Amino acid sequence: MNIQRLTQRAAIIQAVRSFFIGQDYLEVETPIRLPALIPEAHLEPLTSHSWFLQCSPEQCMKRLLAAGVPRLFQICKCFRARERGRRHLPEFTMLEWYRLAGDYNDLMEETTALLQAVAGQCRAKGGYDDRVIALLEQERWQRLTVAEAFERHAPMPAAQALAQACFDEVLVEHVEPCLGLERPCFLCDYPVALGSLARVKADNAQVVERFELYLQGVELANGFSELTDAQEQERRFRQEASIARGQGVSFGPAPRNFLADLAMIDTACGIALGMDRLVMLLTGAATIDEVVSFTPETL
Amino acid sequence: MYTSSDLRKGLKIEIDGEPYIITNFEFSKPGKGQSLYRCRLKNMVTGNAFDKTYRSNDKFKKAPLEERKMQYLYNQGDEYHFMDTKSFEQYIITREQLDDATSFMVDNMEVDVLLFNNNPIGVTLPMFVDLTVTQSDPWVKGDTSGSDTKPVTVETGYVLQVPPFIEEGEKIQIDTRTGAYITRVKE
Repeated sequence: MNIQRLTQRAAIIQAVRSFFIGQDYLEVETPIRLPALIPEAHLEPLTSHSWFLQCSPEQCMKRLLAAGVPRLFQICKCFRARERGRRHLPEFTMLEWYRLAGDYNDLMEETTALLQAVAGQCRAKGGYDDRVIALLEQERWQRLTVAEAFERHAPMPAAQALAQACFDEVLVEHVEPCLGLERPCFLCDYPVALGSLARVKADNAQVVERFELYLQGVELANGFSELTDAQEQERRFRQEASIARGQGVSFGPAPRNFLADLAMIDTACGIALGMDRLVMLLTGAATIDEVVSFTPETL
Repeated sequence: MYTSSDLRKGLKIEIDGEPYIITNFEFSKPGKGQSLYRCRLKNMVTGNAFDKTYRSNDKFKKAPLEERKMQYLYNQGDEYHFMDTKSFEQYIITREQLDDATSFMVDNMEVDVLLFNNNPIGVTLPMFVDLTVTQSDPWVKGDTSGSDTKPVTVETGYVLQVPPFIEEGEKIQIDTRTGAYITRVKE
């Protein structure tokens, strides 16, 4: 535990909160324990009295969009079993925000504005990682499509990596370490297979409007133009759930209420940002352990 | 059997009938992607290392390693003879496998021998050993060359830096992990 970092963490969360309040976002709290989760092929949820601890607050936040809240944000705990590493904890803090209308382009701009506002506060306070602040203060952030990024940094094109079932390995080993070094990088337009909740791009049916933000090779946020076609969403859920079942993982029954509410949304976009990683980057911490009060190993 | 989530630095696993130790470990998981376990593995017999990325459904065999107390008896050329202090069974370990350990081994010394499938692959020495200085240049009082250490040779042939007051025939204590001088041993 590092009390100085905890103080900085609190200040960063405060800066994030004031940004959203200043943009007319409603701060919400939604249940973190749910009877059914949105199935994702490569997640494993933790259970709690036959219900589940959320992997993300997405489900309830989108239902609030459907209920008529036009802009909302939440800073909350999320849980993912068996994820532990230098940048992973099975219990971590997520920032998510959603808005009606707009698409992933608007989100990229808003993410830039948020992080520049936070960087400005950190610069004013002093004692944060100056290189990361300078990186965030770069005027033009990079946008790179997945296809372009693989072309530039990987030994094979993205399509080939997908076909050979080694997309994740190539991404982690060759592409990610090169992203967000000179300026922050939005890696966008993911292959359809890798965007279960994202809308297909209007002029290219092969990719979805999804992006990940990278800073110094660290993946920080994941956003997309939301898929609001409930039928298509249900079809993709079945796909994801069947992959998860193959690995012995269940997300409970299909989240019916969520799918029903989704049909009421016209267009929307949303994004999840790892708060612990943002604190890591801004405070120059080498591991996620250094920015939380306690790790599971110390409890 | 181990699963991928057991992988960590220092874990010993068997691959293709050989023991490996994980010398570097990193968990990665790209957004919406699968968990990847990136390892650097070192062969515990040959020392050869390679990198390998595993996925969450991979399984691993525990390396059948066993540590036993043995007494170092003597060496014949490059072959070093050890005796299990319980079963009195004798084992031979080559100089190549012992590597730096030979610098600190004297007859009858008790060591921990690591066995893989009952074949010795390495030894762990006591943290500190006392060795006799066999060759040392006398210290010239008033030496103003500025150096506060001098080289000496100990009974195993190992050469190290010691304070100038150490003389031939004296015993000194050496840290086997670093090979550094610790103190003069008074008999």
